[in-house]
Amino acid sequence: MKTRMNIRMSGLGGQGVVTSAHIMAMAASKENKFAISNPFFGAEKRMAPAESYVRIGPERIYDRGELVYPHIVMIFHPQVITMGKSYTMPFFSGIKQNGIVIINDDIDLLSDTEKEELEKLNVLVYYVPATKMAHDIAGTELSTNMAMIGSVAGLTQVVGMEALDLALQDRFGKKYVASGGTATLDEAIKKKFAKKEMLLQKNLDTIKVAYDQAIDFAKTRHFVSENM
Amino acid sequence: MGNYEGNGIPPIGSVNKKGQVYTDPNELFFLSPRTQAFLTGSEVIKEAVKRASVDFSVAYPITPQSEASSLVGELYADGYVGDYMRGESEFAVMGQCAGGAFGGARVFTTTAGPGTLRAFENFPMWAGSRLPIQVVFTVRGVNSPLSIQPDTLEIAFMLETGMLLWHAETAQDLYDYILKGYIVAEKPEVHLPIGVICDGFFVTHTKDMVMLTPENKVLPHYNPYASPVTCMDMESPPVRLMRDPFVMKSNYISYMTHASWQLEIRAAIERSRKHTIQLLDGLIEVENPDADILIVGSGTAVSQGREAIRLFRDQGMKVGLVKIKTIRPFPYEEIKQATKNAQHIFVPEFNIAGWLAREIKATIERNERVIAGPHVAGGMTMPPEVIVEEIEKSLALRGKKEVIHG
Repeated sequence: MKTRMNIRMSGLGGQGVVTSAHIMAMAASKENKFAISNPFFGAEKRMAPAESYVRIGPERIYDRGELVYPHIVMIFHPQVITMGKSYTMPFFSGIKQNGIVIINDDIDLLSDTEKEELEKLNVLVYYVPATKMAHDIAGTELSTNMAMIGSVAGLTQVVGMEALDLALQDRFGKKYVASGGTATLDEAIKKKFAKKEMLLQKNLDTIKVAYDQAIDFAKTRHFVSENM
Repeated sequence: MGNYEGNGIPPIGSVNKKGQVYTDPNELFFLSPRTQAFLTGSEVIKEAVKRASVDFSVAYPITPQSEASSLVGELYADGYVGDYMRGESEFAVMGQCAGGAFGGARVFTTTAGPGTLRAFENFPMWAGSRLPIQVVFTVRGVNSPLSIQPDTLEIAFMLETGMLLWHAETAQDLYDYILKGYIVAEKPEVHLPIGVICDGFFVTHTKDMVMLTPENKVLPHYNPYASPVTCMDMESPPVRLMRDPFVMKSNYISYMTHASWQLEIRAAIERSRKHTIQLLDGLIEVENPDADILIVGSGTAVSQGREAIRLFRDQGMKVGLVKIKTIRPFPYEEIKQATKNAQHIFVPEFNIAGWLAREIKATIERNERVIAGPHVAGGMTMPPEVIVEEIEKSLALRGKKEVIHG
């Protein structure tokens, strides 16, 4: 990787947006890339806007805080767009030329004006039904973030499946202490799976399906990420 | 490190109940192998406290330090911290910390923003009482309307408390400053409380790479017998002075006692310099000191400044950096030296007041060279692109654009 990639993840509290950024950064560091991730949110509550940011690059990264000029914007929930549950308006504010927008839905959510603006910047818009995918593969919508991670990794190749597997084990395979809200959700998701190994496998499967689908998409569109 | 013989203090080389070895600080910091870990700032606080031989810690939740204080509780549950309790409020927490320190314990706590201000009366009391308590301030907004996000205004309130104040830029700084902070704060000729400051969220909630010292080596046990004041003696200072204050007598001696004691606190801060310089490799870090344009900052502003310098570098322009590691003691001489060749000195800050720019203006000659800003507040981020833009705008206003381009 020659230059830095900045990813902004916008979603709602409880969807695992913060976890996604941490997993992406951890995976990048497993591949000996430099990475840094941080979240932004108000008082912790489900369905409130939550954002997180991950920066990955070939040299030491100092930049922290809200990502104002992202290469990639990931929308974890349609309400980020339809109800403006976002720290920025529009949700793609500041996106760089040739950037990518990944949206968790299977219907078109953008207005004509928004489409025009994105086209002017040559931004690719990629829809993935991440929540549906999570239901189908992992049996719970709590794995929505896994499908989102798979999509961004597949499209950009910024991290590979092996590194994601290792990062997943780091995050869920051992005792991890987070804020009260996150700890509760961790417990909830562990109860959904009989064993921790099962949780890891189902999540990994979800990532893999989304990852492969994104790679196929990239191939058919002769799409090459400008950022790599 | 004083004489440990016969006073019940475990000597260097002995082992604590968790099997960790009390280790000479220089060996621990500079000679022990380090291992890489990818952690949030909150987890880094836990890792440092685990190796700090902390006797007593008090916790009270407030964003963004709640995770750190709960992790210290986990350390207590696992036997790495002597005692741990939850306070009724930040004011109570800091009072309880004072009690522990008066009794001769090494004390650790964390707070932030409104918690800092709520507890405030205790900080100058700690300094006056020569209690080497460590607080990690994970600074956040303090003004109304409410913000839980990073903002460094809180530090301005702390400047004259008589505490040592070190401002960590990264998770690595945070780890090192927590451990090294105890060593400096507990020197008999210093013996003052220390605030290790990090920016909330930007450090506490950010996952970053950190080099950790070995898990089985810990700081030497605190030696309360090396304190310059007796611990918890009702008949001698500082407890005597609080129990039966001279001010009640309202005479010349009462004013003199207060004034001379305050001077002694300031002198103790000064005496911390030589130890801090040795452990932190100087009170400042300098990059490209011969550049016309300098960015001077502390905390996250330094990180954002580094990125701005990278953007300038890509444009073929050389911009220098001064990172201020210690706010108290303030590196007056170092800053004077490092800025002597600069024409334009920018001070980016994560607060609306620009207190650091004021400190620098009061320090250097020809202080019209100082440009306070850019500023953001209330949790706003400071993208490097904005720093670059602000610098270019200011230089254009100064009519000095030719300086940077040619």
